[in-house]
Amino acid sequence: MDGDLITMDDMTNEEIVSLLDDAERLLPVAHGEEFLPLLQGKLLANMFFEPSTRTRMSFETAMKRLGGDVVNLGDVKSSSAVKGETLYDTMRMVDGYCDIAALRHPRQGAAQYAADACYIPIMNGGDGAGHHPTQTLLDLFTIRQAHGRLDGLTVALVGDLRYGRTVHSLSHALARFDCELIFISPNQLSMPTEIVSDLTESGSKITETDDLYSAIPDVDVIYMTRIQKERFPDDDEYAKVAGIYKLTAADLTAAKGEMIVMHPLPRVDEISPDVDATRHARYFEQAFNGVVARMALMCKLLGVDIPGGAA
Amino acid sequence: MSTSEMRRVTAINNGTVIDHIPAGSALSVLRMLGISDDRASPISLVMNVPSSKHGRKDIIKVEDRELTQDELDRLALIAPKASVAIIRSYAVAEKREVTIGKELLNVARCTYSNCITNNSREPLDHRLNVVKTDPLELRCRYCGRSQNMKELINNLI
Ligand SMILES: [Zn+2]
Repeated sequence: MDGDLITMDDMTNEEIVSLLDDAERLLPVAHGEEFLPLLQGKLLANMFFEPSTRTRMSFETAMKRLGGDVVNLGDVKSSSAVKGETLYDTMRMVDGYCDIAALRHPRQGAAQYAADACYIPIMNGGDGAGHHPTQTLLDLFTIRQAHGRLDGLTVALVGDLRYGRTVHSLSHALARFDCELIFISPNQLSMPTEIVSDLTESGSKITETDDLYSAIPDVDVIYMTRIQKERFPDDDEYAKVAGIYKLTAADLTAAKGEMIVMHPLPRVDEISPDVDATRHARYFEQAFNGVVARMALMCKLLGVDIPGGAA
Repeated sequence: MSTSEMRRVTAINNGTVIDHIPAGSALSVLRMLGISDDRASPISLVMNVPSSKHGRKDIIKVEDRELTQDELDRLALIAPKASVAIIRSYAVAEKREVTIGKELLNVARCTYSNCITNNSREPLDHRLNVVKTDPLELRCRYCGRSQNMKELINNLI
């Protein structure tokens, strides 16, 4: 990783594992049980050119828990981007004000573009249909936290696999750790063929199916996603697949004891509320894990060592 | 070029001769080099010449102009096996190699409409990484969108 995080390809497997170790050590700090102002005096620029309250708050919380401070771009509608300022000019200004920036932008490639414009580290918080690597880091952290490892797990990815950048990026990352992947979706929302062939060519074991319920006993992770209405040309097409996967507590009786259910949230009705009380539910921890993953990432990019790091 | 092949094209006093262009690609080469609109230099073009090496080939002669290395690097994308001779006073003064670099800087635009570089006011360079050369595959440094030779010709800056 040389100064920015734009895609997961910027990190080696060793760097990923080391970052997850750092994140684990920061758990008590993220919980507010320990005050560790490693980033005191540092300023994060939260540059969200499209709204994503959840991701923005997670970056902000991560910085503040480490004693640093945050400035926000503010409401996009009233910001200078609408008045015609280029991303380049906006980022050059931020480069002078802050020590590190998180960027979310509707246009693909915006994060690499900002990184080329700036000296400070850039963290990609989602660029169009492109990448969202901090989501992948928190997903990997959650999986490792539950299973104690990443290698060799069987992971089912369920729902909208066609348009969801989260599942694309996670699939690539899990394949790097030799996980077996089961892609479960209705035909209209299946994983893009380029991704399936990329993964297969690199030696990954991939199964594609539309049957969630038969897969449940075999998997270590079920990663649910939301099927979004705006992906469909008309209401009839949407109605055919809406609600096709609804995971309930009763469905999970066949699951392995340590199997976990994840979801990037917000959910609609893919996971019934009665799953929340089962031992399998992990989606709220997953959201919280975004804070520790981003804390560890900011320390790494700002060259700040985490005490106790030798362990 | 043999003497008989040479006779197909008028000898030039000063300029550049590009030989061994794949047959039928000469017009694309001119577009790639941006010299088709350059009215100052007379250009002769011979297409589908039988070639001892490659079946058939195209040849371009540009008078009174020595192509720069940057132009030759662009040429490499279409005609990686082209040979280039700089002519001074009716004689070959220099032979130049063409090479494909790792990156094309401001040669062509990204093809993806939602790419950040397709906001024409953004000032940074257009950068395409060369992923493969045979067949040519380029990928936008920013958004990662791939393009092939045909798309490249249509997106030249
Ligand atoms: Zn692009």
